Amino acid sequence: MNDVARWENEGGAVIKLDTRRQKSLSTMKVQLVKLAHARSGDKGDTANVGLIALRDEFYPLLVSEVTAERVKHHFEGICKGTVERFELPNIKALNFLLHESLGGGGTLSLMTDAQGKTLSTALLRMVIEIGDDEARSLGLQ
Amino acid sequence: MREKIKIASGQGFWGDLLDAPVRQVEGGEIDYLMLDYLAEVTMSIMQKQRARDPGAGYARDFVPLMREILPRCVEKNIRVTANAGGVNPPACAAAVADVARELGLSGRMKIGIVIGDDIMERIDEFLSRGIELRNMDTGEPLSSVRASIQSANVYLGAQPLVEALAGGAQVVITGRATDTGLTLAPLIHEFGWRADDWDRLAAGTIAGHIIECGAQASGGNCQYEWESIPDLANVGFPIVEGSPDGTFVITKHDGTGGRVSVPSIKEQLVYEMGDPHEYITPDCVADFTSIQLEDAGADRVRVHGIKGKPATAFYKVSISYSAGFKAVGTLVYSWPDAYAKARAADQILRARLERLGLKFDLIHTEFVGANATHGALAGEPDRDAPEVQLRVGVRGSDRADVERFTKEIAPLVLTGPPGVTGFAGGRPKVEEIVAYWPALIPKTEIETRVEVLEV
Repeated sequence: MNDVARWENEGGAVIKLDTRRQKSLSTMKVQLVKLAHARSGDKGDTANVGLIALRDEFYPLLVSEVTAERVKHHFEGICKGTVERFELPNIKALNFLLHESLGGGGTLSLMTDAQGKTLSTALLRMVIEIGDDEARSLGLQ
Repeated sequence: MREKIKIASGQGFWGDLLDAPVRQVEGGEIDYLMLDYLAEVTMSIMQKQRARDPGAGYARDFVPLMREILPRCVEKNIRVTANAGGVNPPACAAAVADVARELGLSGRMKIGIVIGDDIMERIDEFLSRGIELRNMDTGEPLSSVRASIQSANVYLGAQPLVEALAGGAQVVITGRATDTGLTLAPLIHEFGWRADDWDRLAAGTIAGHIIECGAQASGGNCQYEWESIPDLANVGFPIVEGSPDGTFVITKHDGTGGRVSVPSIKEQLVYEMGDPHEYITPDCVADFTSIQLEDAGADRVRVHGIKGKPATAFYKVSISYSAGFKAVGTLVYSWPDAYAKARAADQILRARLERLGLKFDLIHTEFVGANATHGALAGEPDRDAPEVQLRVGVRGSDRADVERFTKEIAPLVLTGPPGVTGFAGGRPKVEEIVAYWPALIPKTEIETRVEVLEV
C-alpha cells in the first residue's frame, strides 16, 4: 500500500522511473488537472498532498501512473527528502507525504507557502501518458 | 437517549471569521458549538502574555463572542466546547463567568474547565527521570533546546470534556485539547459511547476532523468546480448531525452559501493527512481507508463504515522554543524585463549582505509572479510579465544581523535596477522565531482535572 521513493540527486543511486504499465502503441499526454483535484497541508517540514480522482473511473489511472517515484521526480528541487504514497480506494484518492519540502516548516520557513498549501495545484501540473484506447474508454478523447 | 445531535463548527483557527459562531447559533437549530482556537504557535504567544499578566494567556476573542451568544445558548441549551483557554483556562473561565453574571445568567449555567495539559513546569522533572521528549521528526533529545523552551502542552483528548459535560457545563473551556476531541466529546456524552468502542470513537474523531477547519469542508478553499460554489460571502460553516451508531451527516444551515458535497468532504478528509490507516489521537486510532461517503441530498453528505483501533499509550506533546530571528523584505519590479530586474536586484542585495559580513543560517529568495508557489514547475519566467515581486527572507541567530538586513531593502530603489516600487510599507519587521517541537509522553505521566463552576 505504501511505496517509498528515494531519489538521489547528487551522485546517488538512480531509480528507474519507467515502472508503468505496458502501453498501447499510440498514447496521449494528459495533465493531472484534467483527472484529479487536490488539497495539501503541512506537518512540520513535511507537506502532504491528497490527490482525488475527479471521476471514480480515473482512480486506477492515478494508482498506476502517479507513483511515489514520479512524484519525487516531479517535485525535484522542491522536495528534498523522500516521498511516501498511500492509497485510499474508498474515496478514490492517493495521499503523498513530501518530506523536507517546506524550508524547515512552520515558523522556521522563509517561504511564501510555508504550509505547502499550493503544492496541491503544483502536483496537478504533472503530465502522464495514457494509451489512446484507455483514453477513449475514459472519455478523455 | 437522543436519536440525533447537531454539532456546529464555529472557528477553523484563531483568526477565522468572527461572526461565524454567531451565525451558527442564530441560523438554525444546533445542540453544540465547537470552537478551535489553538495552533502550535498560539501557545507560545499566550505563554508570553501570561508571563506579563497572570490573568492573561487565553484566546481573548472568545470572551466578547460569549457576551454575544451566551443568552441564546442558555435559552436554547446550546452547549459550547472550546479550546479557548490557551495556557490559562481558569482565567478564561473567570472572564466568561463575569460576562455571564453581567448578562443576568447567574444560577442558570455552569462553566467546565479542563486542566492538566500544561507541563511547562514539569519539563526538568521529566528530563531528570529519563523521559527525553525527543523530537518526533528529528529524533533529537529535548535537552538540546531546553534553555529556549517557551511553552509545553499535552494534546488532551475528549474524555475530560465528557466529564465536564456530565457535570452540567454549558460551556467547556480547555487548554491544549485536540481539535477533534471538541466534536467527539459531545457525541460520547450524548450517546454513552464506551471508552473502548473504537469504531464509534473513530467515527466521532473523523466527524471532528471534517469540521475542525470550519468552512474548508463546506466550499471554502475547494478546488472541485470552485467557480460554481455559490455565495461564499455568506458561507455556511459545517455541521455534524451525529447518530448513536456512529454514522453522521455533514451539512450546513439552510440559506447559507458554500457547498457541502462528496468532493468538498473528500478534500477536507485528505487535509494534513499522514498515514490514512492510522490517524492517531489520544482517544483512538482512526482508519481513514474505512470511510464511506454518500450524497444524501442538497448540501448533505452521509458518512459511515468507519473503523477504529485502540488508542496508543502516549499523548502527543507540543513544545515551543525560540529559534532565532527572521525578516522578509519585498520590492516590486515592473515591465519590461521585470523578472530579470528582480533577479539582478537579488544579486546586488546578496553581494552587499556578504560585504557587510552578516551571518545568516539561510537567505531565501522568491520571485512572486514567477516561481514563489510552484518553483521550477512554473516554467521559464515570462519576459513580458507586467510585474514581479522580489521577496527575500533571512533567518539567523543574531538579531542585530537580521536587523541590519531590513535596512538594505529600501536603498535598492535608488541604487539598483530601474522600474521599482512597493517599499511604502517601510522597513521589514524582525520577528522572533518560535519553533515547534513535537514529542510523545506516556499517558500515565499526565493527570487531568475537571472543574465545573456555578456562575
